[in-house]
Amino acid sequence: MKIAITAKGDNLEAEVDPIFGRCQYFIIVDSETMEFEALINDSASAMGGAGPQAVQFISKHGAEAIITGNLGPNASQAVNAAGIKAFTGAGGTSVREALEQQKNGKLQESNSATVGSHAGMR
Amino acid sequence: MKLKKITIASGKGGTGKTTIAVNLAMSIDNAMLIDCDVEGPNSHIFFKEPMIKLKDVSIPAPVFDLDICTLCEKCADFCQYNAISILGEKLLFFEELCHGCGGCKIICPVNAITEKDHHIGIIEKGGNKKLAIYHGLLNIGEPFGVPIIRELKGFADDSKTTIFDSPPGTACPAVEAIRDSDYCILVTEPTPFGLHDLTLSVDVVREIGTPFGVVINRDGIGDDRVEKYCKEQNIPLLAKIPNDINIARLYSKGIPIVEGMPEYKTMFAGIYKSIMELI
Repeated sequence: MKIAITAKGDNLEAEVDPIFGRCQYFIIVDSETMEFEALINDSASAMGGAGPQAVQFISKHGAEAIITGNLGPNASQAVNAAGIKAFTGAGGTSVREALEQQKNGKLQESNSATVGSHAGMR
Repeated sequence: MKLKKITIASGKGGTGKTTIAVNLAMSIDNAMLIDCDVEGPNSHIFFKEPMIKLKDVSIPAPVFDLDICTLCEKCADFCQYNAISILGEKLLFFEELCHGCGGCKIICPVNAITEKDHHIGIIEKGGNKKLAIYHGLLNIGEPFGVPIIRELKGFADDSKTTIFDSPPGTACPAVEAIRDSDYCILVTEPTPFGLHDLTLSVDVVREIGTPFGVVINRDGIGDDRVEKYCKEQNIPLLAKIPNDINIARLYSKGIPIVEGMPEYKTMFAGIYKSIMELI
């Protein structure tokens, strides 16, 4: 399964960015082979609607699931529409460790928003 | 140069924009007042007369015909506010992100988009024979008041001097209220917060290109850094309104300063005169 993880850096040892729509990087990892690609998130500076725009972006790169800290209402609606699974509650670990957590069922699968609008504005 | 439209603005909230707008409008001949703070208008509090609804304000919101739509994504790419998302076979529209620009309808190559009116607020009129006041009310939950401000500005009567009371801050609503004015009065307090937010406003007004000056309200609190800053920057200091307990007393009762203490009329009329001499 291809999983997009929100990250503060461009590799598997980078720290997970708990913010979704305005995270710095998306690391898209094939969970079987651990092959990955790091993508800079252009939505980080969007005037509005960063969440849905980021979902479109990772969806185009083939992501079937995401791992992040929190999801806002618009992003949550978009991942549901795109048929992407959302695992929330990550943060404070490396991307590699977050993948382990997901594999071991330690992250919450969320079908709805975990925070309000604009929680990731900074 | 003509002086028909004056906007009262400030980066910081609560500096006294409304106080100055109302009292200035009451101190000059043949004026009218337009309160552009559509998220929280309060100029009307100083009038006994009730506000009466004049009209509704709507923006065009797109309606998508999914039988015609080819999911080409042109509209989603065009939308600067990401109000449209195409995800696989699905099109999502986030109404609260839409600014109503109408661009998606124009760009759609297969005419799958029509528009419906999305009600965002109303415009009301009040005041009396001597001074008319207009204001707008943005519906609760609506994020974007600029279209109401734009319509409000249309009520300015060219035969009168219009005083616009701007929303606080330096974002889109304040820019819309300042744009097209002949002069902008920036109201501030002589405090570090006041100075900080004044410098932000100065940057914005310089960018817009509107001539401007500063009024210091509640003079006597804080320090002299605002005055020093104005001198350094060559910004005219139009007036200093003292930190007078009697002004606060009148304010708390909804009585304009110039009504409760007519001696202040000279000072407010003087602001207008100074501007006339400056431009």
